[in-house]
Amino acid sequence: MDYFLVSSFLIFYVRKILQTKTQLPEWDKKLEIVKYISIALLGTYYVADSPDWYQWIWHAFLIFLLVVGYRNEVFRPVRGLLQSAIPFVLISVINDSVELIAPKFYAKNDDYFATAAAFAFVLCFVIWFYVQKQQKALILEREERIKEELASKAQKESLEYLVAERTYELTLQKEELQKTIDELKSTQNQLIQSEKMASLGELTAGIAHEIQNPLNFVNNFSEVSVELCQELEEEIDKTTLPESDKEYIKEIISDLSQNQQKITHHGKRADSIVKGMLQHSRVSSGEKELVDINALADEYMRLAYHGLRAKNKEFNAALVTDFDPTIGQVEVMPQDLGRVFLNLFTNAFYAVAEKKRLLAEEGTVTDYRPEVKITTKKFADTLYIRVTDNGTGMPETVKAKIFQPFFTTKPTGQGTGLGLSMSYDIITNAHGGSLDVETVPGKKTEFKITLPLEKV
Amino acid sequence: MKILVVDDEEDVKSLFEQKFRKEIRSGLFQFSFAFSGEEALSYMASHASEVVMILSDINMPGMSGIELLKSIRKDFPAAPPQVMMITAYGDSNNHDQAMQLGADDFLTKPVNFVELKEKLLMVQE
Repeated sequence: MDYFLVSSFLIFYVRKILQTKTQLPEWDKKLEIVKYISIALLGTYYVADSPDWYQWIWHAFLIFLLVVGYRNEVFRPVRGLLQSAIPFVLISVINDSVELIAPKFYAKNDDYFATAAAFAFVLCFVIWFYVQKQQKALILEREERIKEELASKAQKESLEYLVAERTYELTLQKEELQKTIDELKSTQNQLIQSEKMASLGELTAGIAHEIQNPLNFVNNFSEVSVELCQELEEEIDKTTLPESDKEYIKEIISDLSQNQQKITHHGKRADSIVKGMLQHSRVSSGEKELVDINALADEYMRLAYHGLRAKNKEFNAALVTDFDPTIGQVEVMPQDLGRVFLNLFTNAFYAVAEKKRLLAEEGTVTDYRPEVKITTKKFADTLYIRVTDNGTGMPETVKAKIFQPFFTTKPTGQGTGLGLSMSYDIITNAHGGSLDVETVPGKKTEFKITLPLEKV
Repeated sequence: MKILVVDDEEDVKSLFEQKFRKEIRSGLFQFSFAFSGEEALSYMASHASEVVMILSDINMPGMSGIELLKSIRKDFPAAPPQVMMITAYGDSNNHDQAMQLGADDFLTKPVNFVELKEKLLMVQE
């Protein structure tokens, strides 16, 4: 009976601790069989009317179990449990051996033997109890460790997430900084460019002044020479030369006079160019003057056209003017408005030249005709000026930025990015008007100036 | 009427002589020329009472027209000649300064001789 209890509990604990059902299904089956064998053994014992030799089957059975348990690595965790059964088996075997070999000695001391057997049996269960307790503590510990592991894993994951987030932020920041540096660099380039332009402007003013003095002499002397020729003609009439000679001399004088007039004419042309240069480079007086807007627009249109022609001989564009003759003289700041015209026309010519260049690069044969048009219209005390070109146009992103200082689409060194921002300032702040733009990418651009007119 | 023209450009002399040929011939105007502010002052020292009108350029090396104007107003207060200043295009600073220092009139280059002749004739009368 005690054998059966020991073996059943042994099997029960082994199965429970090792969780053989889920962990070791193969061994579980075997243990199940062992369990039935032990039940069968118990049953046979009673059926066979409890013969004495039957104890030895139990001994063999248990020893076999223990040996198998010791031999196999999978049972290492329950070795303590198996060990606890050893004293019981040992004492039982000794008891039975002594009973068999020296029955008298055994009968004399059977109290001691029975006590030892009972003691070993109880010890067995006490040890199991401890083992179980230890096992429970171990399981608890293990669970805690797993919990801790899970917690640390979660922490690690959250840390990793944080690190990834930071890395992303830093990357973004780095990219932004890089962008800012690039912008700063291009702004610096543009500043250098505008500085160059400014010094060029001063130089132009100086040169224009220096040219003007000799030009004045050319004009004045040629004018006075025309007068002298007239006097000479009058003087010749007073002489007594033959008429044919007089005619011949007068012919020569007439040619001379015409030449001088031509010198005066071309001198005046040069003079007006010099004046234009001076006017443009002059610091604005900030005062409004009565100006013929149509003439001003026309002048700057030609100036911008010839400016581009000088740089690019192949450039060509139709200049279309649609002037309202009823405008007459209008009070504006001529130098400032001239700058606006120059900027708008320069941009317009640039746009048509770019479109022509792009079309040529693509190799498409088109009948593209570059055209820049200026329209003026006076209506209800308001002056409407439009500068239209059929050039490259602008995408929405560019259109949104064109009035910003230092924004330019031209290659570095070709534009200062100040032209339109300055124009905007001149029209809105200095003249109280408005400057708008309409554009169709690849088709056209139209700048619209609206100027309120003060009644003169 | 005696007119002193002060300009560092020597060609001014022949230009004026040709432009005012008829007036000079008829004795209406008499022109004298000085090619620097200093020269003009020394001429004034010897011909003070004769000169009625001074036409002076402002931008000259050495003594400028403005300094000349100052000296004239200071040195010849008794018989002050009319002083007409000539300067380059669009120089409003010089204009204001000259007017403040007692210039009688102001001309801008290029000189409009028709206008100048009219002004001189008005002074003559």
